[in-house]
Amino acid sequence: MSKSFVLKIFRGTPGKQYWEEFELAIYPGINVISALMDIQKHPVNKSGQKTTPVAWEQGCLEEVCGSCSMLVNGKPRQSCTALVERLIEETGSSTITLAPFTKFPLVRDLVVDRTKMFESLKKVRAWVSVDGTWDSKEKGPKVSPEVQEALYVLSTCMTCGCCSESCPQVNEKSPFMGPAAMSQLRLFNSNPAGALEKSERLRAALGEEGIAGCGNAQNCVKVCPKNIPLTESLALIGREASKQALRDFFSLPDAPR
Amino acid sequence: MKKEVIVVGGGLAGLSATMKLAEKGCHVKLISLTKVRRSHSVCAQGGINVAINLKGEEDSPLIHAYDTIKGGDFLGNQPPILEMCMAGPAILRMLDRIGCPFNRTLEGNIDFRRFGGTLYHRTAFCGASTGQQLLYALDEQVRRYEALGQVEKFETHEFLRLILDQEGNARGIVMQDLYNLHLSVLKADAVVIATGGLGVIYKKSTMSTFCTGAANGRLFMQGMKYANGEFIQIHPTAIPGNDKMRLISESSRGEGGRIWVYGDSSKQIAFPDGSMRPCGKTGEPWYFLEEMYPAFGNLVPRDIGSREVLRVCELGLGVEQKMQVYLDVSHLPAEAQHKLEAVLDIYQKFTGDDPRKKPMKIFPAVHYSMGGAWVDWPAADDPDRWTRYRHMTNLKGCFNVGESDYQYHGANRLGANSLLSCIFGGLVTGVEAPRYIASLSKHHGDVSEHIFTDALRQEEHHQKELMNRSGPENIHLLHDELSDWMVQYVSVKRDNPDLQKTIEKLKELRERYRHITLDDKGHTLNQTYVFANQFGPMLELALVIAKGALLRDEFRGAHFKPEFTERDDEHWLKTTIATYNPKEPDISYEPIDMRHLDPIKRDYTHAKKVKPTLKNVPTNIQLPL
Repeated sequence: MSKSFVLKIFRGTPGKQYWEEFELAIYPGINVISALMDIQKHPVNKSGQKTTPVAWEQGCLEEVCGSCSMLVNGKPRQSCTALVERLIEETGSSTITLAPFTKFPLVRDLVVDRTKMFESLKKVRAWVSVDGTWDSKEKGPKVSPEVQEALYVLSTCMTCGCCSESCPQVNEKSPFMGPAAMSQLRLFNSNPAGALEKSERLRAALGEEGIAGCGNAQNCVKVCPKNIPLTESLALIGREASKQALRDFFSLPDAPR
Repeated sequence: MKKEVIVVGGGLAGLSATMKLAEKGCHVKLISLTKVRRSHSVCAQGGINVAINLKGEEDSPLIHAYDTIKGGDFLGNQPPILEMCMAGPAILRMLDRIGCPFNRTLEGNIDFRRFGGTLYHRTAFCGASTGQQLLYALDEQVRRYEALGQVEKFETHEFLRLILDQEGNARGIVMQDLYNLHLSVLKADAVVIATGGLGVIYKKSTMSTFCTGAANGRLFMQGMKYANGEFIQIHPTAIPGNDKMRLISESSRGEGGRIWVYGDSSKQIAFPDGSMRPCGKTGEPWYFLEEMYPAFGNLVPRDIGSREVLRVCELGLGVEQKMQVYLDVSHLPAEAQHKLEAVLDIYQKFTGDDPRKKPMKIFPAVHYSMGGAWVDWPAADDPDRWTRYRHMTNLKGCFNVGESDYQYHGANRLGANSLLSCIFGGLVTGVEAPRYIASLSKHHGDVSEHIFTDALRQEEHHQKELMNRSGPENIHLLHDELSDWMVQYVSVKRDNPDLQKTIEKLKELRERYRHITLDDKGHTLNQTYVFANQFGPMLELALVIAKGALLRDEFRGAHFKPEFTERDDEHWLKTTIATYNPKEPDISYEPIDMRHLDPIKRDYTHAKKVKPTLKNVPTNIQLPL
């Protein structure tokens, strides 16, 4: 065998997880996904035993769909951009570990069920409530390039779950929705039409699943593959939500924008 | 009673259909292999074409239609193209309202960039991840309807079979839960298929791994007509990779990116006018597209770009003597590079090189299927407009929309037209499906239960049979063979002897597929089984593509045969129709609806902005929004 490396994978089903190692060939440009595909064609582990191919989630393979999240050498990230040679260079080790996320229910091997992230998007009303899709014939409001840029960055969130996985406050005991939902809340509160429902969204952030859950550990922003300013969103929503709580306490109508 | 509709697929087409259906008061069951927000539409980078004329160029939907018809080399039926282009401006306004963050000019208006096959700035965009942003905006609207109870999602579920009642009307589907292989029946009175492309047949394509084409393959085997299968778009610029070919958007050229190789004046190449000329100056960058096509330059349509890149590489001029050329954006101002950030980041992440400083190395890759399910299109002024249904397949009550249908793009799709066609087709279907249901005298509740249980039995039986197959073959190795043959013989350049050999090879693979042993026999998230189950219908579509290509002896759009170097309107200006036959597909042809524009030569060497005249434009067009 030419140059090889070892993929050490934490696999199995809930309650029955175990490590299994695979020795695989290195070739130029190989990423973790290609390596998993190689296992499919020859599912034999390092000890020479026949085994089942590893299950993982994948989609676009170019880091825009958010499917292939997993722990690569312990770090939450997209596995499509995890290049084998670079990982070996970084760690100095020819073993790469893969494991499923721990903050979501395990399905099998590297696949977890991230449905709760999408349910959170409902709770924060992550949409613009348009009257309908018919043509009003009217041009939308003018938007400056700076505002567009800010909205675009927030809107590139692919619900991959890296932020939640890295967040110490997202755990079995806490109902915190996690950074992604809070950042989406900010996105829709910043949209000219979406802002009309600002108060309602902030009230969702005031609930027990909301912003109070954030412990300001700042892990999320470090692992976000899209470089979304998550901590900035969390701080902003925190301030806005407090103001909303005061307004609600004094039963004042929503402050003019 | 609420009208019930099943939508299969949650990309731009499936989501716009779902949104419109929900708005029309229907109850929608939305099936998807993945969370709909992860659908392949996220990969569309460059933008969406809309002739809204905000750049002072006197652009119009009619010119957009003209460019699209010509870009498709006159193979597309013209009435749906015309209406799609006319709906563009309203679709853009809708996308703006639902929160899609389009790039803006300093005045605060939506900005437009140039794309291939047109001389106008007609492409609205969100950075270089426009598809992602459009998909998210639609996903959010569908989630709103889901919260209201009008949409019920079945994600990580797969469509397996259409259920037809005794009169041949679609009444539901059999689906499979991908987490546990559980089979179940869903009932409805119309089924909308929006399952996207089939790039995984070629494996090394720009497509997401979901895009196997299996759903269309299954419907084809159930009697659905499949049209223009042989027209497969090869995108000129992708990063070669082992797991996939990663797209570098046409917008990189729209923003000023240039394609080049080092010239070699000792070599000669045929120019579009037939003259033989030297390949640039030795040792200096040779911008071959700009020399060959002075009017459109780097923005020639994709089929032309891909063929020229291949020709130059075949002459031995490829960068580092390999099959690759430079795509250079390093000279662009920071502002233009910033608009391309999403794609430039992809390049850097996968190659380690910074395209802001060094030219990218790229090569053509399979990208899009112009062909797809045959669907009906009564034009606005046809006398039977209201007794037929747009986007309905030949299977009554089964609609097909998006990349999985064959409308709009003819023999070659223009860049940034697919986002428009997916959304437009979805909205049209959202209007047509409830109209169809209103015409039915019976409801799915009136259909005898055994129709549904029989369909379920068939799938249960098939599941057992496939799970228990045994033999020496590995399904993933068979896939590699399939894709190697398809990429080599049924892509940019096609020869009849090779195509004939490929058809024999596909039949051999079909036989060997009967002798696979699955390396996983469990029911929990068994991806090996799921893929093996998709492979059969994928092979049938591969046969459709190869046989359609073999028979069509001409050069039109993406279909190029060196043996037949001219478009042959006398014999081949017609739509290919494939119907299932267990041996190999039966191929027939039907006329193209050319009521608006007579075929002209498709010339991109010189052009000026002309105001085309389209004939017989109806005055009673009703947009679906």
